[in-house]
Amino acid sequence: MSKILIRGAKVLGGEPQDVLIDGELIAAVGTGLSAEGAEVIEADGKVLLPGLVDLHTHLREPGREDSETVLTGTRAAASGGFTAVFAMANTFPVADTAGVVEQVWRLGKESGYCDVRPIGAVTVGLEGKKLAELGAMHDSAAEVSVFSDDGKCVDDAVIMRRALEYVKAFGGVVAQHAQEPRLTEGAQMNEGVVSAELGLGGWPAVAEESIIARDVLLAEHVGSRLHICHLSTAGSVEIIRWAKSRGIDVTAEVCPHHLLLTEEMVRTYNPAYKVNPPLRTERDVRALREALADGTIDIVATDHAPHPHEDKDCEWAAAAMGMVGLETALSVVQETMVETGLLDWAAVADRMSFTPARIGGAAGHGRPVAAGEPANLTLVDTAYRGQVDPARFASRSRNTPYEGRELPGRVTHTWLRGKATLMDGKLT
Amino acid sequence: MQRHLISAADLTRDDAVLILDTAEEMARVADRPIKKLPTLRGRTVCNLFFEDSTRTRISFEAAEKRLSADVINFAAKGSSVSKGESLKDTVQTLEAMGVDAVVIRHSASGAPYRLANSGWIDAPVINAGDGTHQHPTQALLDAFTMRRRLIGADAGLGRDLDGKRVTLVGDVLHSRVARSNVDLLHTLGAEVTLVAPPTLLPVGVETWPCEVSYDLDSTLPKSDAVMMLRVQRERMNAAFFPTEREYSRRYGLDGDRMARLPEHAIVMHPGPMVRGMEITAEVADSDRCTVVEQVANGVSIRMAVLYLLLGGNEPAGAQPATSHLRTEEK
Repeated sequence: MSKILIRGAKVLGGEPQDVLIDGELIAAVGTGLSAEGAEVIEADGKVLLPGLVDLHTHLREPGREDSETVLTGTRAAASGGFTAVFAMANTFPVADTAGVVEQVWRLGKESGYCDVRPIGAVTVGLEGKKLAELGAMHDSAAEVSVFSDDGKCVDDAVIMRRALEYVKAFGGVVAQHAQEPRLTEGAQMNEGVVSAELGLGGWPAVAEESIIARDVLLAEHVGSRLHICHLSTAGSVEIIRWAKSRGIDVTAEVCPHHLLLTEEMVRTYNPAYKVNPPLRTERDVRALREALADGTIDIVATDHAPHPHEDKDCEWAAAAMGMVGLETALSVVQETMVETGLLDWAAVADRMSFTPARIGGAAGHGRPVAAGEPANLTLVDTAYRGQVDPARFASRSRNTPYEGRELPGRVTHTWLRGKATLMDGKLT
Repeated sequence: MQRHLISAADLTRDDAVLILDTAEEMARVADRPIKKLPTLRGRTVCNLFFEDSTRTRISFEAAEKRLSADVINFAAKGSSVSKGESLKDTVQTLEAMGVDAVVIRHSASGAPYRLANSGWIDAPVINAGDGTHQHPTQALLDAFTMRRRLIGADAGLGRDLDGKRVTLVGDVLHSRVARSNVDLLHTLGAEVTLVAPPTLLPVGVETWPCEVSYDLDSTLPKSDAVMMLRVQRERMNAAFFPTEREYSRRYGLDGDRMARLPEHAIVMHPGPMVRGMEITAEVADSDRCTVVEQVANGVSIRMAVLYLLLGGNEPAGAQPATSHLRTEEK
């Protein structure tokens, strides 16, 4: 097997060190390592992180291959520094059976750009009425352990309780899309001053917070593990903080766009900013950053939601909700969390690799950069500054809110078990 | 003047007064035996209605024809929010046919803004009502009606509505008329009070440049104009208020309530009225109610807006228009 020496990389942002990859594993970490027989990558002080893990990705295959496929989505993931992604279940057909999750898992293996861990639907057809065969999906080759009806909320309290209880049998976790459906009928953006002015249907913060409050209490009652998807409001942060202080086994994620953008962008009526949950207020953004810094929010997840051009090049109300995110996530985190002094790179590794891998049970990912560990690594040029150019995205879709915006940082190399998937910024 | 008319909030005081003054000139045309000006001869205006509204469309059509424009009416049938391609493709088709202006009505808030700012077309866009967002020509015709009634047609020329007290009553939450009126009346110096049950006021209304009250009776004696908003019957099923009767008792305008208004005060309604619920027949048919005048004034206002945005080649009315009427819009 081939050897690679990464010379002078700031491992997790620390002092420059050499990292020697031998085959699929990290052979040594230290200073002045011998380059003999190895391909040398001069890191020149770039930051080396464990391969990033995204607990919330939409790969759209099967069913919407015009938006994204497992291959294009995993190429986008590799471009963004990810070595594992969890693929959401809202495909066509829905990933609610062992057959569909195995198909997604197999397509991931074939792509070779990043490990794909399918997420199984909680209920049949995401309809919220009848539990899907959670055990069968877990027992399948895909070994599903995360279940979510993402895109829809499991709003029936009894179904949610049963799902939480049931997955305990095999150490699963239910990832909730917290959105009270009745309170968000016709919702187009955050409910508040701006929605009132623009005449767009409001998505009130309480529609998210009331479901989170209910679900942490359910998780406590039945002693189960709960994960909250794309948390977006200051009030939600307070509820998670309270739940954790009470010892409830809950984790939460925040999306990069909720760390950077506010509802003010909606004044453009540009559907690039249309996303669910919606962009919130400046106050919410501040609360989310602080919560990610102090660990109340456990991880960053992209909610990478590719849509074809025609689904966004239209009037706001007709547009699809969602943004692509895999290729810009780390840059947004650098701008909002690192350059503001809220997180150092070791903590970024925690929020974007170690902890998401632990929550999702992604074996071999989210491991320390140390000898004997799988060589899943990401090298980041943190000094880079450049405008986001969607034309260069590997994702099949281009629906980014950052077009033309300057963001810092660029992933130059990604290694999946010792094999480069991204080399000098180019996919292999 | 801006190139487009998307929102009443985009108008400066001077823009708005210019439109009202121009509308007075246009109104004189309606008194002539031949109600037509050659101003927009050779220009083509498209009325693009994605949402049914016979009254507004006919008003625009009358205004366009009185200015001698060629008129194309396009009614997009089918779903209320049609797929995006249809809006983009439709307007690009129209522009390829040489349309000089687009009057658009759409159920989606922001659709006219998107049309004017997306680069899909080059022609001026006039918003004829979008979702629950804006209906700027309605606000202008309301302001025009107030100025004529409360100040006088000739005495009002060049004047705004400084210090006039206007009360808007009813379903503010779903009303583009309310939003447009609050913006424009504030710009024109009027004091606006919104009166509605809390369920029919948007979250965030406290930041608007107006007062808010839940109590109609205490507001009436301080009002120079009361504008009743239409309440759609389907709101009742969505629990915005308990029953039609309870709404009517608390927020309907009947003879007793009208008697609380100052002598000179007027009663307005954007139409169509739901008689017996938001307004009684007695009030609707009284000479203080301006509903019919509002319709007539709507044509004058729309003539003025089309004239100013399209920069006609002829004088506006009997008198040559002042020179600045025709500049700055190319």
